[in-house]
Amino acid sequence: MNNLMTREKWQTIKSRYSIYLVLIVMIIVCNLLNENFLSPRNLSNISAQISVTTILAFGETILIIGGLLDLSCGSVLALAGVLSVYVFKETGSLSLAFAVGLIVGVLCNFVNGILVRRFNIPAFIATLAMMTVARGIALLFTKGQNIYQIGDYVWFGQGKIGFVPLPVFFMIIVGIVTWYILGHTSFGRSLYAVGGNEEAARASGINVGRIKIGAYLINGAFVGLAGILLMARTNVGAPNAGQGYEFEALTAAIIGGTSFSGGLGTAGGTLAGAFIVGFLNNIMNLTGVDSYLQQVIKGGIIALAVGYDMWAKVNRTRKTLGAAKLPNERKEAKA
Amino acid sequence: MQKTLLEVRNISKSFPGVKALEDVCFSVKEGSVHVLCGENGAGKSTLMKIINGIYQPDGGETLIKGEKVQITSPIKAGELGVSMIFQELNYTPEMTIEESLFAGRWPKKSFGRVDWKTIRQKTLQLLKQENLSYDPETKLKDLSISNLQMLEILKAISRDADIIIMDEPTSSITNKEIEILFEKIADLRARGKGIVYISHKMDEIFRIADEISILRDGKVIETRPKDQFDIDSVISLMVGRALGQGYPKEEVPVGDVVLEVEGFSGPAGFSNVSFNVRKGEIVGFAGLVGAGRTEVMRALFGLDDRFGGTVKVHGAPVRVRNVQDSIRNGVVMLSEDRRRYGIVPIRDVKENVTLASMDQFFQKGRLNASKERSRVEEICKKINVKMASIDVQVSTLSGGNQQKVVLSKWMLQDPDILILDEPTRGIDVGAKFEIYKLMTNLVKEGKSIIMVSSELPELIGMCDRMYVMAEGRITGELDRAEFSQEAIMRYAMNMTRKAV
Repeated sequence: MNNLMTREKWQTIKSRYSIYLVLIVMIIVCNLLNENFLSPRNLSNISAQISVTTILAFGETILIIGGLLDLSCGSVLALAGVLSVYVFKETGSLSLAFAVGLIVGVLCNFVNGILVRRFNIPAFIATLAMMTVARGIALLFTKGQNIYQIGDYVWFGQGKIGFVPLPVFFMIIVGIVTWYILGHTSFGRSLYAVGGNEEAARASGINVGRIKIGAYLINGAFVGLAGILLMARTNVGAPNAGQGYEFEALTAAIIGGTSFSGGLGTAGGTLAGAFIVGFLNNIMNLTGVDSYLQQVIKGGIIALAVGYDMWAKVNRTRKTLGAAKLPNERKEAKA
Repeated sequence: MQKTLLEVRNISKSFPGVKALEDVCFSVKEGSVHVLCGENGAGKSTLMKIINGIYQPDGGETLIKGEKVQITSPIKAGELGVSMIFQELNYTPEMTIEESLFAGRWPKKSFGRVDWKTIRQKTLQLLKQENLSYDPETKLKDLSISNLQMLEILKAISRDADIIIMDEPTSSITNKEIEILFEKIADLRARGKGIVYISHKMDEIFRIADEISILRDGKVIETRPKDQFDIDSVISLMVGRALGQGYPKEEVPVGDVVLEVEGFSGPAGFSNVSFNVRKGEIVGFAGLVGAGRTEVMRALFGLDDRFGGTVKVHGAPVRVRNVQDSIRNGVVMLSEDRRRYGIVPIRDVKENVTLASMDQFFQKGRLNASKERSRVEEICKKINVKMASIDVQVSTLSGGNQQKVVLSKWMLQDPDILILDEPTRGIDVGAKFEIYKLMTNLVKEGKSIIMVSSELPELIGMCDRMYVMAEGRITGELDRAEFSQEAIMRYAMNMTRKAV
């Protein structure tokens, strides 16, 4: 029994921290491959590059933990961004523009939440619809044209607090907010339960609907913020911006150990996942890997990460159970 | 002399940290039923998985019809004539009976086309031979669990299996269906098949066994013909200690009515259900599967809708629109389906226990982690949950301990009224006894319990009063002095109202 306890603890530690180990190994390997890799300039560049998708990834993490998903974040980001830029050009108020960006993100995701909650549309379909609608509205509103000369708006993307670029600063803030929500609030606890077993959560008195809509609202604020930062970073209000970002965000979350079956995932894991992807992109660029080949490698790594996760899960269950219960035989417990 | 179909000798199997099986010897003769019993975690499943080729033993040998074999996979097991019917049937809902009977070995025509004509012929032939009247085109989703089981048996027969392993086949079928199953088992036995039957239920075991083996802590404690055992000896061998006859029931002074339900009707098929529960009372709900007991309780707990009816708690009418309302009223419910409605398997014990009482540990939404830990540890100790720590995943615990985790969750709420729906289903004898004890302690503390169960002995043993339901209505009410299996069954089959 004693033996079992220490081994279980070891298993827990291993499964909880293995992603950080991967990150450290990666840093060492990258550093060997290119001596510029660890330079403050390069690291700061990487952080700024991944900031937008990482903010989206935190939102996805919250949703996936709750058994949900957002495919619309790339489009909603563009809509929130162009509206925010437009408001800034009309009024010249940075704070008003900032507020509009967040509100648009939250509103779109409120609709996502309602579609999922009230009309029982699967999250995949509901947000797929939103993805098309939001992109369409962004294009309609701008008549398909980019908004140039956005003036002081670029401060959001290019300003600095101390030596930290603003997008990186916001990424850290969003990370901390996510970490706090997931680990230290009853909302977070409920979210894990809803994703882990919705029926049991309901039967324990958790208001499942409120949790799901709440998760979308939080995601909405993150998406709105990401939209503002992206427009400011690229110095243009582009209705076509952010295409495919939803998959970048999902990649970071999944590599970071967020389980697609719901109920598992952490903010730290997602941040590590985002950096792993960022480092990988960076080192492949620095060492001159063909850009088409880069895509192949990235896809392979996703399959590898999730494959390892599933394999480890089955293995872990098998080991810790002693009496050896595979997923399907764990049902034995239920008579 | 009966031939031995299957024999395992000195089988051992270890998993890191645990010795699951140690020097196990076990055999099945042709034309006989060998019952394997033991508490959860005794190693029954591991042994069956080895025989079925899912696990490889660390040592020992397996013989089939006297020949040494290596069962390397379930497919190999099938070829050797071993067929296993799992407790939880996995099936493809949209498949038809004939498709599923021959799944994976459909007869083929040229270009790999499936030969449906042959399949139909063979299916009809098989059904006729077994005296069953299924339509080969029925989809599996339209079959009851017992019919699905029968289909699994058919599959085994069609594969010429000689050894059929059944893992707790009666855990979720009705009494009538159990009779049909037992007839089939008798039939298979008469045809010379060897059957391994895993069960917890004593009456069943003694009805169908030829031989009984008792497994405890990974070892076979005893193998004897049925007539050399009695119920008490089986139980005491299973748990390794004398359990004492009967139930830990104690007389508790009964107080005022704490819960009054009147004219309850709901879309789930119950109507005009009225009953009450007094302080310190254990009130039983008996009835056949499908009588509507669970449905009434779910509506009372706010999980399902209802058309009408009133609920009074401590004499005052209350609203029950959802589970939150019910919890606020001091009414909690332990569901019959633990995995679905009880636990969040991938989260740890701590989170599961505090799931319904988060407001106690989150002040203004912020977690007080140390308070949570100490409360959870305290309550788990009180309920006697066996686990390495409160940080382990609930899915890694045995059924009995999972049930105790759900109980701990509700204990944190300190409820007045507990609805326990099949609280001992699928858990081993030792854990059952602990749950009975806990129930007694709870009513001694002045709480009230509604106990829904399909096992009459435990209802008779534990309850002060009992309602019997049939077809969505309450058909009878009995005091403890009037309890008898016959009286309850008469109400449960609704014989007082119309001839059957």
